[in-house]
Amino acid sequence: MNEGFRLLDPVRQGAAVNVLRAILPAESVLYEPEDTKPYECDGLSAYRALPMVVALPENEEQVSRVLRACHELKLPVVARGAGTGLSGGALPHGKGVLLSLAKMKRILALDPVARVARVQPGVRNLAISEAAAPYGLYYAPDPSSQIACSIGGNVGENAGGVHCLKYGLTVHNVLRVRGCTIEGEAVEFGSEALDVPGYDLLALIMGSEGMLAVATEITVKLVPKPHTARVILAAFDDVEKAGNAAAAMIAAGIIPAGLEMMDQPATRAVEEYVHAGYDLDAAALLLCESDGTVEEVEEEIGRMTAVLKQAGAYDFRISENEAERLKFWSGRKAAFPAMGRISPDYYCMDGTIPRKRLGEVLRFIAEMEKKYGLRCPNVFHAGDGNLHPLILFDANDPEQLHRTEAFAGEVLEKSIEVGGTVTGEHGVGIEKINQMCVQFTPAELEMFRAVKRAFDVDELLNPDKNIPSLHRCAEFGRMHVEGGRLPYPDIPRF
Amino acid sequence: MQEVIKRYADRIRAAAADKKPLRLRGGGTKDFYGETPGGEVLDTREYAGIVAYEPTELVITARCGTPLVELEAALSAQGQYLAFEPPHFGPGATVGGMLAAGLSGPRRQAAGAVRDFVLGVRMLDGRGDDLSFGGQVMKNVAGYDVSRPMAGSLGTLGLILEVSLKVPPLPFAEATLKLELPQDKAIEMLNHWGGKPIPISASTWVEGDLTVRLSGAASAIQAARVVIGGESVAPEQAQGYWQDIREQTDVFFRTDKPLWRLSVPSVTPPLALPGEELIEWGGALRWLASNADARTIRDAATQSGGHATLFRGTDKSAGVFTPLAPPLARVHRNLKQAFDPAGVFNPGRMYPDL
Ligand SMILES: Cc1cc2nc3c(=O)[nH]c(=O)nc-3n(C[C@H](O)[C@H](O)[C@H](O)COP(=O)(O)OP(=O)(O)OC[C@H]3O[C@@H](n4cnc5c(N)ncnc54)[C@H](O)[C@@H]3O)c2cc1C
Repeated sequence: MNEGFRLLDPVRQGAAVNVLRAILPAESVLYEPEDTKPYECDGLSAYRALPMVVALPENEEQVSRVLRACHELKLPVVARGAGTGLSGGALPHGKGVLLSLAKMKRILALDPVARVARVQPGVRNLAISEAAAPYGLYYAPDPSSQIACSIGGNVGENAGGVHCLKYGLTVHNVLRVRGCTIEGEAVEFGSEALDVPGYDLLALIMGSEGMLAVATEITVKLVPKPHTARVILAAFDDVEKAGNAAAAMIAAGIIPAGLEMMDQPATRAVEEYVHAGYDLDAAALLLCESDGTVEEVEEEIGRMTAVLKQAGAYDFRISENEAERLKFWSGRKAAFPAMGRISPDYYCMDGTIPRKRLGEVLRFIAEMEKKYGLRCPNVFHAGDGNLHPLILFDANDPEQLHRTEAFAGEVLEKSIEVGGTVTGEHGVGIEKINQMCVQFTPAELEMFRAVKRAFDVDELLNPDKNIPSLHRCAEFGRMHVEGGRLPYPDIPRF
Repeated sequence: MQEVIKRYADRIRAAAADKKPLRLRGGGTKDFYGETPGGEVLDTREYAGIVAYEPTELVITARCGTPLVELEAALSAQGQYLAFEPPHFGPGATVGGMLAAGLSGPRRQAAGAVRDFVLGVRMLDGRGDDLSFGGQVMKNVAGYDVSRPMAGSLGTLGLILEVSLKVPPLPFAEATLKLELPQDKAIEMLNHWGGKPIPISASTWVEGDLTVRLSGAASAIQAARVVIGGESVAPEQAQGYWQDIREQTDVFFRTDKPLWRLSVPSVTPPLALPGEELIEWGGALRWLASNADARTIRDAATQSGGHATLFRGTDKSAGVFTPLAPPLARVHRNLKQAFDPAGVFNPGRMYPDL
């Protein structure tokens, strides 16, 4: 890790605290280590750094003034929502300000007729759907972390969920983001109409990891809740067959509301934890959901069952009621915490691959398990090819952590090699920054930096994340190689 | 095909060196749209063809010069389609032009806009560098999302070489219903139905007639018919109607007056502007054929929280697009500078300083 993150400069800290205290109440400016410690990491706890100062604004005016002050003092600023991110996007900067949006958690307006909600960035994802429920509406993107993660963080990562194949990602469900630039100036991206004049900067802001602007208000789309939903739990004796079944579903013209896969090690781990009644002998389980009116679901479940049979599923169960549906889902939804039960730590990867390469990638992961002597169950958003291998390890053992990182690096590069990407929904953050050197050419990385400077000339917003400098890539010793051919040098990572 | 790219890149570099603007152009079907184009034409039709199509991955990748009809024929052979129903505005429409114009058709409110289906873009920037962003997979958050903003950029950021698009399956069934309703009531009902799980995939209101298209499972359509009421339109007639709306060949668009496009929140009450109106997208898009002055029309749109574009018209002196707020205008200029430092791509097509 960069040493610069660690060194604390008391003079600089004193100056920052004074300036921030002129803007915020004393209890909203934290700088004692015991107060700043809770902010030292996000969901990727292998990386930690104490922020120099934590600022907790309560409204846009305060956000704007904090940013203006940081801009004047040339202090790096890292925005933080709920801190559930899995790539170190909200990892603090040791010489900068951690800007927590946690106090901004009001739903400002909910219009059931226009089907929109205007919310502050710290509002939890699930809180929006709960507020909309009395009107028969909900906010569609449902990351597994939805009880905790914030809508600001969802915008920061362009978060997805198990229903995003049919209902879209954050980018498809947010109409407008109001934010502040690093100069503290208010800007509006998108609007409550369906488009705006000029470039589609709303799309550019999505997944920008707090590096272009800080979101202070977000208008989300609300959609009608389907009358009903049912899920099919199908068992396969071979993972590739299950992957092909997902492809066959699409080929049959069906876009399921959810299409998720778990391999046997994942199923066995979660079954111990949730007792969902999964078939532990199956090589892979596929969860396939249909939603809509009762008649529509009936019709679609029929079509889905036919496809799954044809594709070689040896067993099916179709949920007969809501309790059963939730039970079938419980294992998949709890996959991450379940890993936490069977192993001291787990490291979650997030590559997206063309679905047809699934078998090849899973075989590769199995080889890596042997090579590194670590276990790695897999959960898979089978509909859209987003794979989450979960490497089980013990972070207290530095040698294991090192092996885990090397293992993860190889899997990410395999994702690129098969025509995919290093991150489908968790973001690059600090975690996958080296692999960015492999996925993109120097000219592309330079363009990303130029985009950043178009918003933030001094590169103060979340510096050193997401986009590696060419210098860093040179140090990493890896550059993008044209034509999908990747060398395998033995240079140590991180 | 690599030699075509090289030729394009050489031309871009030469244009940048000589400070001679280029006018990126496919079939020219959207020449009417935006500010008056200038510069020396760079014809994108040389770089044509479908690069890859994987129906079961829901992704197609095509070169900029590919005729849109060719792309759509390939999709329809596999039971898939461009769900945003982009207008062609002529037989020569190309894939690159479709993306650069960023226009979506009748299904936009239900399915999403062009940008919602963009997965990746390959482009030449103003230095002639060959860059790829995004990819061919459904979910990708590596780096900034540079590909979606290419939709609607009117060729001012670079020469789009290839685009990868998400292509969903065609709906199992469709039906069109027609009912008589005054404008305010129609807007109210469209928003009311929008909050119910009813598969409305397109709507228009014009001269007291509300027309609604339903798409989805046969059973869902049957249920929705009962809720909406009205009379059924025969399938062939309905298909022709939606085609006419999408391509603006409907009688409403045969007007001598300037045609304005007002994009507003769907709940916006009738605008009561002088002229004739056709409403789409559940109330969120209002076409206005009117001789009223630009100021009046823009103010009405802005006050409702939207914006107004002079879509078709001869006198463009008031500007085609609504001016941007100062901080946004600055970001636009900076982005233009990043992608096209010498200002060679379609200068002035969107705003005078881009
Ligand atoms: C158990 C578990 C399950 C998960 N499941 C999923 C899943 O299914 N799908 C998925 O996509 N993700 C998932 N995640 C990852 C994570 O929850 C998401 O990335 C989420 O969007 C992060 O939200 P947050 O509020 O915690 O953001 P943080 O972690 O606090 O921040 C994330 C990024 O956004 C930036 N940011 C935060 N707020 C703002 C703001 N107001 N303005 C600008 N930038 C801001 C930060 O700087 C950072 O770069 C999971 C995480 C866990 C721990």
